[in-house]
Amino acid sequence: MSKRKAKYAHLPIGESITQVQSMLRERLCNQRLPDKPEGTEAQHKHLLELLRRTAIHGESNSVLIVGPRGAGKTMLLKCVLRDLLEDKEAQKSLLQVHLNGLLQTDDRIALKEITRQLHLENVVGDKVFGSFAENLAFLLEALKKGDRSSSRPVLFILDEFDLFAHHKNQTLLYNLLDVSQSAQAPIAVVGITCRLDVLELLEKRVKSRFSHRQIHLLSSLTFTQYLQRVQSQLSLPQDFPDVKFAQDWNDSIKTLCEDKSAEEALRRHFNSSKDFRSLHILLMLCLSRVTVAKPVIKPADLLEASRLCFVDAKANMLHGLSILELCLIIAMKHLNDVYEGEPFNLQMVHNEFKKFLQRKSNSMYNFEQPVIMKAFEHLQQLELIRPVDGSAAKTQKEYQLMRLMLDHSQIMEALQKYPLCPTDVKQWAMSAFG
Amino acid sequence: MTSVLQHPGYDEEKLRRVTEQTPCREAQTGLLLSLMGQPQQYSYPSIFVYGHRASGKSHVMQVLLKELELPHATISCVECVSNALLFEKMLLSLFGCEAASLLPRTPSLSDFVRVYRHQCVDSPATQTRYIVMEKAELLRDADVNLLPALLRLQELVDDNLTVILLSEITWDKFRPNTGCYEPLVLHFPDYSKGDLQQILSRDSHPSYSADFYSSYINILLGVFYSVCRDLRELHHLAALNFSKFCEPLAEGKVKESDTHKLWRNIEPHLKKAMQTVYLREVSSLQWEQMQQMEEKEAGALKGLSAHTHVELPYYSKFLLIAAYLASYNPARTDKRFFLKHHGKIKKTNFLKKNEKTSNHLLGPKPFPLDRLLAVFYSVVDSRVAPSASIFSQISSLVTLQLLTQVSHDDQLDAPKYKCAVSLDFISAISRTVNFDIVKYLYDFLDPDTAASQEEWVNRGYVSRVRDHPSR
Repeated sequence: MSKRKAKYAHLPIGESITQVQSMLRERLCNQRLPDKPEGTEAQHKHLLELLRRTAIHGESNSVLIVGPRGAGKTMLLKCVLRDLLEDKEAQKSLLQVHLNGLLQTDDRIALKEITRQLHLENVVGDKVFGSFAENLAFLLEALKKGDRSSSRPVLFILDEFDLFAHHKNQTLLYNLLDVSQSAQAPIAVVGITCRLDVLELLEKRVKSRFSHRQIHLLSSLTFTQYLQRVQSQLSLPQDFPDVKFAQDWNDSIKTLCEDKSAEEALRRHFNSSKDFRSLHILLMLCLSRVTVAKPVIKPADLLEASRLCFVDAKANMLHGLSILELCLIIAMKHLNDVYEGEPFNLQMVHNEFKKFLQRKSNSMYNFEQPVIMKAFEHLQQLELIRPVDGSAAKTQKEYQLMRLMLDHSQIMEALQKYPLCPTDVKQWAMSAFG
Repeated sequence: MTSVLQHPGYDEEKLRRVTEQTPCREAQTGLLLSLMGQPQQYSYPSIFVYGHRASGKSHVMQVLLKELELPHATISCVECVSNALLFEKMLLSLFGCEAASLLPRTPSLSDFVRVYRHQCVDSPATQTRYIVMEKAELLRDADVNLLPALLRLQELVDDNLTVILLSEITWDKFRPNTGCYEPLVLHFPDYSKGDLQQILSRDSHPSYSADFYSSYINILLGVFYSVCRDLRELHHLAALNFSKFCEPLAEGKVKESDTHKLWRNIEPHLKKAMQTVYLREVSSLQWEQMQQMEEKEAGALKGLSAHTHVELPYYSKFLLIAAYLASYNPARTDKRFFLKHHGKIKKTNFLKKNEKTSNHLLGPKPFPLDRLLAVFYSVVDSRVAPSASIFSQISSLVTLQLLTQVSHDDQLDAPKYKCAVSLDFISAISRTVNFDIVKYLYDFLDPDTAASQEEWVNRGYVSRVRDHPSR
């Protein structure tokens, strides 16, 4: 036993780091399935039972998995499928059809995809069907087993289920759910959606054929559970080749989670969103800073990653504007303050800017109207100002009404960080009325 | 100063070439490289990079992907207006022409994913494949399902693939209604003044020293930096004006170190460039030609705006003047301006307090045809009969887009118009017919003092007119 351990004990550090990166990247980026379901045991059991009844006992079912984005719905389904297919009998007879609302935007396309995934293109050949229902019935007929007693169970997985509800007449949904209610063939329809109000989208006849079985993944994590999740996402498994390295790594992750500043940062993330995806983005940014020279994740990495996640994008864009454009934004802010948010046009902004210039003796910013117009158009292209809905064709460009898409605090924050900002511009911004 | 890029899995020589070609962008290149990881490892399915234009986003991506020889497809959303073009280009770059030809005539996203998966079976990814989409803000206007599908393309095709979106607009404006797979958002900060100086000084002319060129760039930035920070524009301006800068040197009048004299020579020239070439009023070719001509011969450079000053017939000019007065004067003040015996109208304190209502800030107002003709007859000095030629001149003014028709085409008996010219334009026109338009404008009216009139004469808007019709 100890001899075997000694053989695999030590890899060079570069190799280990590469292994760590590969493994964790697969987990964070490619959604590698965990061995056990985390925090969703009840839902896992429920779904597994349901699908087992279809696969083994030939019972038709329909269920919806509902949860916000990044809650782990697809992960749950894949885990359940993996566990289901461990059963020999299910593996032999179960057929799967995966449809996605983003790809199959039309019922016709969906039907072709179903035919393709059931490998029945040759059987269908060049047949022309009168209706969707006929086509589907033919496909299911073709799946009947040799003794014509029953057909093989088919599992239909509909990702982005709410998009299927926008198809014309909801034919696909109607027919699938109809088959699941009648005794034609054992099918299971599993819908995955992020909309809680998905049942409102269904037509009456479709809704009545649905079993109204919903599995909710509304996470009710506490902060301690969140920290545990962070730890488990970053920990290395037992079968890592270099055992000592894995041990050191897992210890360092533990100390990371116990560090005060890191905990602060994680709490901030927890307060804004608890789902898997935002966590994965944060951890990915931390992981990318792990190199051979620095083979652990330090609290400073976590803080830097957190800062990158929470930075204000518009303030970043304001940082790169020219001084003329910044002055125009300050003029717009003053107009908004004086006239309480009413829309403005270029002439008004220019007028406001000229009032500022009159007070200062230096004519450094005395630009012609066309130059100011070009700066104004640049701001429009960056979508920092937006035209009020109206007939844009009928008004001249200088008189078209616009609204400012920034608020007071963003402008003030940007001014603080603006490089080489002239003091008179800053003072003008701080003054109450232009 | 420049740190060396290092990453296991990529050749050091190649990384050195990357650093050379991406000056002042080491931090961003390093971050991108660390996110990409080693070629065989997975990377985050979608990355969103935002930053100002000409801040190096496309350039850094291209340099990284080309030098490190990674399989990639670069797509500009401006070119690929339809889905077919988009999918074909992606398959062509990643798998070759046979794959692209497998797509049906009008491919849907479903067809694309099917063909991609089929190709993956034959050639699975040994390295991460990258799809770079430039000008990604145009994806928002394409099919509704395209953007969310691209963001999770790695999951849909089950391959080691990363989609990178480059855009000028922030991610908040992209998010679809029901949410989507959130990408990793990265910011490319703008270049600082020092960075711009460093990058622009790289293309120094061989026959002059590098210091000379960087002093030229310094002067250029001094004039243009407060207006424009776009690297491409500055590069263009630097290339156009360098020959003029070197002119005194070539003529032997000054030496390279006489920066003050060189500055005095070039500064008015650069200021002129701001009003013409920067605004694209003249083309670069015209600018270069103008530089080569002598100063006296140069004369007035005809910009694009000059072409809008068309020669109008006599009555059309008065029609236009009448339209301008009708647009910018409130209807109740017509009596005061155009009748011989008028009462005084109170120029209200209202205007002084609430300056926003100055009509020149709000824009032109619509007026009916009758009002236009009434003003026209009182403004024009000779007796003119209402005939079809007058009405047809109104229509031709609309075609020239000097007037805009506000009412619907169906309304024939009471059409409404708006005047679409600026104050400078109308002042130039009224000068040609010896008409003092400022005296008739409500916004410039000050019955108390004559000071305002003096002011407008001094600004050159009007010339003194001997006979004033309405007083």
